[in-house]
Amino acid sequence: MSICDTMLEPGGFMSVRDIKPSAAALPRKDEKLVKGRYGSMMPVTPANGFTLIATIKPGCAPAIRAYGQKIEDTIRESPDALAVLRLHYLRWVIFDNDTRFMYIGIFDTDFDKYVEDAVMLFKATGITTIFEQLEGFPADWRENPAAFAAFCREHQAPSFMEYAEYPDVTSAEVIKALRVKGALSDMLDQMQ
Amino acid sequence: MPAMLELDDIQHFLMTRPHALAARYEFLTFRTSEGGRQWLNGIIDTVGNAQAVKAADAADTRWVTVAFTWNGLRAMGVDEAALATFPDEFREGMAARAEVLGDEGPNHPDHWVGGLAGADLHAIVILFALDTDQRDRSAANHAGLVARCDGVEVLSSLDLAAIPPVEFSHDHFGYRDRLSQPVVEGMGDTPGPGAAIPVKPGEFVLGYPDEDGDGPRLPQPEVLTKNGSYLAFRRLQEHVGRFRDFLRQHGKTPEDQEMLAAKLMGRWRSGAPLVLAPQQDDPALGADAARNDNFGYKEMDPHGYAAPLGSHIRRMNPRDTAANMSRRRMIRRGTTYGPHLPDDAPDDGVDRGIASFFGCASLIRQFEFAQNVWVNDPRFHELENERDPIIGAHDGTFDMTIPKRPVRRTIKGLPAFTTVRGGAYFFMPGIRALRYLAAGGQ
Repeated sequence: MSICDTMLEPGGFMSVRDIKPSAAALPRKDEKLVKGRYGSMMPVTPANGFTLIATIKPGCAPAIRAYGQKIEDTIRESPDALAVLRLHYLRWVIFDNDTRFMYIGIFDTDFDKYVEDAVMLFKATGITTIFEQLEGFPADWRENPAAFAAFCREHQAPSFMEYAEYPDVTSAEVIKALRVKGALSDMLDQMQ
Repeated sequence: MPAMLELDDIQHFLMTRPHALAARYEFLTFRTSEGGRQWLNGIIDTVGNAQAVKAADAADTRWVTVAFTWNGLRAMGVDEAALATFPDEFREGMAARAEVLGDEGPNHPDHWVGGLAGADLHAIVILFALDTDQRDRSAANHAGLVARCDGVEVLSSLDLAAIPPVEFSHDHFGYRDRLSQPVVEGMGDTPGPGAAIPVKPGEFVLGYPDEDGDGPRLPQPEVLTKNGSYLAFRRLQEHVGRFRDFLRQHGKTPEDQEMLAAKLMGRWRSGAPLVLAPQQDDPALGADAARNDNFGYKEMDPHGYAAPLGSHIRRMNPRDTAANMSRRRMIRRGTTYGPHLPDDAPDDGVDRGIASFFGCASLIRQFEFAQNVWVNDPRFHELENERDPIIGAHDGTFDMTIPKRPVRRTIKGLPAFTTVRGGAYFFMPGIRALRYLAAGGQ
């Protein structure tokens, strides 16, 4: 792919668009939300994604912790394994003496699509889901993405403020911008 | 070993395509369960099953299709416990899902015609016919049946017919239609070159293995739901004058205008895909079923220099550039309504368009996903501010980017070429299930 292709494809080289920080004070969960396929839509926010907090089934914290290694191994072997989720970052935390789990995921798609893709991904890759170690997680999640979505919604702790230094930029755009930067840098080196 | 499809029990509608050039849709309400059952008993023997219609000769006209809304199943006497086992989106109905589907402004159910947004829409009967004369005879027969059934009323009806030139199927904008359809495993059809491998029947018919395994649990009772499918109905008005004005406004020459029409669709109006014919139209390619669907995007057109990333066919079927494609396929049926507008005629304001059905096993995973994510997501494929140029919800604030060298072309403020004039979610039961309903749930 030439540098021109990378720069000229839509989304590859951003149009003249102000990149300026944004912050948003967010409404409470009970305010009116847009209807989504699996219930009310989470509005797209500056740091869009999940903050799920749930209680760990007694004695299951080590299984959750072991899952961290599993993800590391999976991504080493197939770097694209989670690509469909269109993530920027995941942060997983176990706290309160191994009784509670927090899942922070920053991603670009809307809530419904993330959940649906996650269910398909977990099933397709045979990765048993970390969520099965959590209290109240629906046993029929494999057949029932609506129940999976409902669990996520019930355990979502919405932000009351979010801030983004570069808002509305998808991870795909960041990667493309870095490729352009790299290609440009190589080109300048070769011109010397 | 592919699952054996009970083709003698599955309605023909999604499985075969009879040689019909005309159709009539009638939208019904049942004021009493008795009347509904009487009506169903009166029509059931004319409902074609897949096996019979596949084998039929041109003289066989058992091409009736029957489907019910969730309210319609209740009106037929299905009990509340069973009704509760159907998925939420079907129970709510299409009008209640307007926000999910992007049916805003002029597309909102408040403006729909034909009584389709109301809770008293109970059933649709689709009468296929060889031609308009036969269609009118079928309609007269059906009117006779309705008159004999107490409490059965026709809320509205819609006449459909192929528009000239009838040699090939196309819409009022002139685009060739029916080019890319999934092949269902177990139907005995061979996929054309480039078509994906056959899709498991459970993606379209309830009670069979799907792309994920054994298929979801059936809504209850199984006698009612096995061999059934969901149909999402959309009546889309096509603003032909506005469309042609747009092409003239943005294309200097007839060639430029034809190219612009192709860029919106991803295919030339002849059907030739831009990926295979990027520079000029190739009508022979468009008409050749062995070649006109044999392409992908990932390797052949990753940046959209041929078919723009936001073009209609690229959104409705991203092929090798989307995850889980085999779980998003639908079988589309339907044709044009309203009179043909001659090329040189100004728009006469008459309602004309396409009235289509999207057949699937899950409205939420297949139809609503396509509508929500592929059609109306302004950031589909990392685009900045676009929706499907043909069927997206447009209010003049969205754009269309056409990648080209040395610089891309962006058309700002696309007008709405289509308006949703009605829609509904139906369940199309198998033949046994129709008999069960006709017998009052026995």
